[in-house]
Amino acid sequence: MKHFLDITRETCPMTFVKVKLRLAKMDAGEKLEVLLNAGEPLENVPRSCEEQGFKVLSNEPTDNGKHLLLIEK
Amino acid sequence: MSQPVVDKKKISIVCFSGEFDKMLAAYTIATGAAATNREVTMFFTFWGLNALKKQRGRKPIGKDFLSRVFNWLMGGRNNLPLSRLNFGGASPILMGGMMRKNNVAQLDELMEAASELGIRHFACEMSMHILGISKDDLIDDVQSVVGVATFLNESEDAHIIFI
Repeated sequence: MKHFLDITRETCPMTFVKVKLRLAKMDAGEKLEVLLNAGEPLENVPRSCEEQGFKVLSNEPTDNGKHLLLIEK
Repeated sequence: MSQPVVDKKKISIVCFSGEFDKMLAAYTIATGAAATNREVTMFFTFWGLNALKKQRGRKPIGKDFLSRVFNWLMGGRNNLPLSRLNFGGASPILMGGMMRKNNVAQLDELMEAASELGIRHFACEMSMHILGISKDDLIDDVQSVVGVATFLNESEDAHIIFI
């Protein structure tokens, strides 16, 4: 099952806090797609996920200057 | 063979001042740290306790006349002053509006996230005794009422931040 979270309107620390809280509610093996802005979220969200043992499967820029991250719990 | 247990990094935040902006700073650091896999403990003492009162406005809680007056004057989470340029309580309201406009998390949202992230909240026994308030006057997130020795034991190997 793939979940989706848009954090483009969030600012620090709620960017990675919301990702963490969403991942906590998911089962192992499930995937979470996160839409985020460049800058602080793009630097911190993938790093904090990897530090906690989650897999960042892909990290692709979108047409409108944002990024789409795919994380596996 | 089982995986070795890796100790989490620890952060303890002493919330002393209880001002609006400083509580925001404390909860921003706390939630950011907890979301990046750190074990976070918050210790509320003196003015910091006001943010944890169940009664968010000015209520004369307390065990005697003086503590009731004090608690009414200090108020709760809705009455936290700004540490600078408070202008009789007008500035926190304006600041809240500016934060909403810029999609910055409000104190309520940060406190809710702190609860979901499992951040430990301790209240200072000595300050509560002076101010005549009991654990029942505080929000349910407060795990226990402790003294400084317990706080220090629980903060062993932690970075301690005083706000």
